[in-house]
Amino acid sequence: MIKYSVFDILGPIMIGPSSSHTAGAARLAKVAKLIALEGRASNEIVVSEVTFYLHGSFATTYQGHGSDRALVAGMLGFDPWDERLKRSFELALTEKLQYSFVAIDLGDVHPNTIKFVIKRSDGVSVVVVGSSIGGGKILITSVDGEELEFSGDFPTLILKHHDRPGIVSKVSALLYDENINIAYMKVFRQSRGEDATMVFETDSMISDEVLEKLQELKRQGFLTSVKRISPIALGA
Amino acid sequence: MFINKGAELSRICKERSISIAEYTLEIEQEENGHSREELLLKMQKNLQVMRESAQEALLRPMQSVSGMTGGDAYKLHEYSKRQTLCGELVVLAMARALSCSEVNVAMGKIVAAPTAGPCGVIPGAILTAAEKLQKSDEEIILSLFTASAIGILIAKNATLSGAEGGCQAECGSAAAMAAAAIVEMMGGSPEMALHAAAIALKNILGLVCDPIAGLVESPCAKRNASGAINALISADLAMAGITSIIPFDEMVDAMFSVGRALPCELRETGLGGIAATPTGQTLKKKIFG
Repeated sequence: MIKYSVFDILGPIMIGPSSSHTAGAARLAKVAKLIALEGRASNEIVVSEVTFYLHGSFATTYQGHGSDRALVAGMLGFDPWDERLKRSFELALTEKLQYSFVAIDLGDVHPNTIKFVIKRSDGVSVVVVGSSIGGGKILITSVDGEELEFSGDFPTLILKHHDRPGIVSKVSALLYDENINIAYMKVFRQSRGEDATMVFETDSMISDEVLEKLQELKRQGFLTSVKRISPIALGA
Repeated sequence: MFINKGAELSRICKERSISIAEYTLEIEQEENGHSREELLLKMQKNLQVMRESAQEALLRPMQSVSGMTGGDAYKLHEYSKRQTLCGELVVLAMARALSCSEVNVAMGKIVAAPTAGPCGVIPGAILTAAEKLQKSDEEIILSLFTASAIGILIAKNATLSGAEGGCQAECGSAAAMAAAAIVEMMGGSPEMALHAAAIALKNILGLVCDPIAGLVESPCAKRNASGAINALISADLAMAGITSIIPFDEMVDAMFSVGRALPCELRETGLGGIAATPTGQTLKKKIFG
């Protein structure tokens, strides 16, 4: 039987009306923004434009469920319980964030799926696909066309590398040295020897020092891309 | 791990002479490594948001984002000040439940209990009962752990989702959770609390989920009001010593099998029931074009 916490049943504290269409949408957008900014906290690079491609029930009910406002709120970095969520359209004007909503058929995916095409102020575009899987929980399923999977519940590292032996152990040894316990780890690759993506979901936060060590591995040519995503809480 | 069945829960609580709330607090401490104080504090935050959402739409009419519903909690609250048929307690419980629902569809802050759709049932019933019984915040917070325990058992053995089990799984589960919580708050035994939960489920067995335009608004708000009253009467029945002829665990199984027997039109798709009526269809057109 599935394990439930008391607060899975009473909670989350959220902005209505729908945990999957409102709270889940806000959370999905917030994680997509963090991915696009590669976890940067600084204001040097911001999201300047985003197109939300809405699949399935998002496409048909997004206005009635406030999914549109929730998505913009998430892109502004608001949490699913932030009362500014309702006013996100006005606040996006102040932040000079441009956005549009497009209904799309993404094929055989979860019924509540969104594709984000995010343009940054430095001209870089990032594409993120994710689903709202119920109760405000989400699953990111693709970044820049590469399939992967993570929930946003844990501190997460997304690392890309050329598929060759030894890289996974190099990174896991580094995390071990820093006393970071790995909760989940998955490796995704298109085909043997091609680019591969590693996703680490960890029990403790990934510090700037650890990030710097990973950047060092990138400079040495072991990794081609390093992204750190902070967890996004489900409720207040 | 949290026990799987109501009968085991009742037995353990009886053997150790503890309440369902105490058992639930203990398990939550073991499972997630939080202290009792941390858990009580976290539940207090839920209580705070429940209180605010149960109050907000009483004081000023709130309109839903779609424009379809709103202002009913305010009307009922004004009415509660005059002579009513059911009396202030019942009318206030309904008004508070409606308030939470209206805050939810106006994109305000609520506690999913157990989901967003029936978020008014537990606050409407528990806050009103606690007011009448003059219970402290600490007692209300403990009762919310009782409510969670019932929700955990239903989630484990059946479902809390309207898409899977119809409205009986959402408003019905919320009413069962609230009924058990009120019984423990009134000093009833764990066994009595489970009877109250079983009675609440029985009262709403078979209720379909048929939201107009697929939105959590109509009939949801009014079913929150009736859900709160279902909880209050189920608690009173159990406190009078009346038992549910069908035990809680069997009631949960029955609710689940009825839910699975419902056609998909009647499980949150907005295709059947009141959503399929001419008026329901007209409203849907008006909202989505």
